Amino acid sequence: MINAYLRPDGRKGIRNGILVAYLVECAHHVAREIVYPYRSQGVQLVGFSGCYPNSHSHKVLQRLATHPNVGAVLLVSLGCEGFNKGGLLETARESGRPAKLVVIQDTGGTRKTIAEGQAWVEQTLAQLEHTPRATMQLHELVVGTKCGGSDATSGLTANPAMGRAFDFLVEQGAACIFEETGELIGMEHWMAQRAATAELGQELIKTVAKAARYYAAMGHASFAPGNADGGLTTIEEKSLGAYAKSGQSTISGILKPGDAPIKGGLYLMDMIPDGDVRWGFPNINDNVEVAELIACGSHLVLFSTGRGSVVGSAVSPVIKVCANPKTYERMADDMDVDAGRILEGRASLDEVGREIYDLILRVAGGEQTRSEGLGHQEFQILYKSFEPLGPACFPSAA
Amino acid sequence: MAYFQKTDGSGVLLLAPGDNIAVATAELPAGTERDIAGSRIVLASRVEVGHKFAVRAIAKGERIVKYGAPIGVASRDIEPGEYVHTHNMGSDYIPTYTLEDGHRFVEEAK
Repeated sequence: MINAYLRPDGRKGIRNGILVAYLVECAHHVAREIVYPYRSQGVQLVGFSGCYPNSHSHKVLQRLATHPNVGAVLLVSLGCEGFNKGGLLETARESGRPAKLVVIQDTGGTRKTIAEGQAWVEQTLAQLEHTPRATMQLHELVVGTKCGGSDATSGLTANPAMGRAFDFLVEQGAACIFEETGELIGMEHWMAQRAATAELGQELIKTVAKAARYYAAMGHASFAPGNADGGLTTIEEKSLGAYAKSGQSTISGILKPGDAPIKGGLYLMDMIPDGDVRWGFPNINDNVEVAELIACGSHLVLFSTGRGSVVGSAVSPVIKVCANPKTYERMADDMDVDAGRILEGRASLDEVGREIYDLILRVAGGEQTRSEGLGHQEFQILYKSFEPLGPACFPSAA
Repeated sequence: MAYFQKTDGSGVLLLAPGDNIAVATAELPAGTERDIAGSRIVLASRVEVGHKFAVRAIAKGERIVKYGAPIGVASRDIEPGEYVHTHNMGSDYIPTYTLEDGHRFVEEAK
């Protein structure tokens, strides 16, 4: 099926890059300079800006450092930040990947650290050419979905078409993850009816109630002025469209950012922090959630847009599905799929759903997406805190 | 939930039977006339792609229903054929932020 990269821990990836991660904003420039000459050779920049340690951000970087799409990891530290760099390095090494830590204060500043980092990248790129390959079946694939820059066409064309692709994937045993619980507000009771068990249904409702409480405390829903310009009037209406991305399959469980699905099926990623409202907006932009989906193991991410988002991501390819035919006309170079044809009667929902499914297989096989080709690697991690999931959240484990 | 498969070229979509709004799939000028759910609807103003209009009279306080789901509540009486957006409906959950004057966030930023 898919000719994948086999990792020492037995997992299979669809890309084979080097991840360069800065562990505080103070190390960002040095890490970026290390990456820059190799940016079209699969060397990618991620990082966490904060100086204070946080278990969520540590977990996300841990999951990315051991993500099956990642072949090797270079950590770039200033030296005095709070991030547990030793722990992260150990996790990456234990996974069997080439991994290295450079500490700017120990190495002797900017120039010396860039030189040391680039020497390691050169040598590791050569090493990655010998990465073993293995056949990957669809039931080993994890796919996430996200919408950004939504308008009223998103919920009519691209989102339900991506939902159809999700249905096809779930039938084949793949794991599919939807999220944006702040954009499920108003859909909680519909969603609960699709849960594998009544207890899971109750958990889904609680998850959305938590999101509604969180955003109400912020005084602002997950709703941008452009959403209203595009014809969406309320968060419920936006939710109705966002919810369509989940397709029609039974919902198998809930994940929190960084939790990998234990088997195939459809999962909701609950990205709203637990406990008191204290971390600010939980999705300050689309890439925070894309990074969290990838931390859950997503090999690739489906991303729909009506207004015209251009983003991609580090680590996993992003397939851009354009909902609005007028936007597609203006921004075709950034879009992988023209779902606006559904609105114009030039294609049916099922046809576009099948087209997205076929493209997923080609991208898993190595075909570049538009955002990959254009070099988009937007990325961000926030401070958050989560409590562990209860047993009702993953009934299939029982 | 059953999603619509294909548009019919009329420029108008009634997404579920019983909805009190329909969606424009093409830009519709003021005065456009369509038969929707057994009534003749005349658009009071221009409706852009993806935007919505009332297909029957909706009283203030009544739920606006799209794809069979409530998406908010009418903030004043709405006539058949009238454009439906932030000026005549609102959320049951969290108010909508726009760049228009009068919104709390706009006021705070001044």
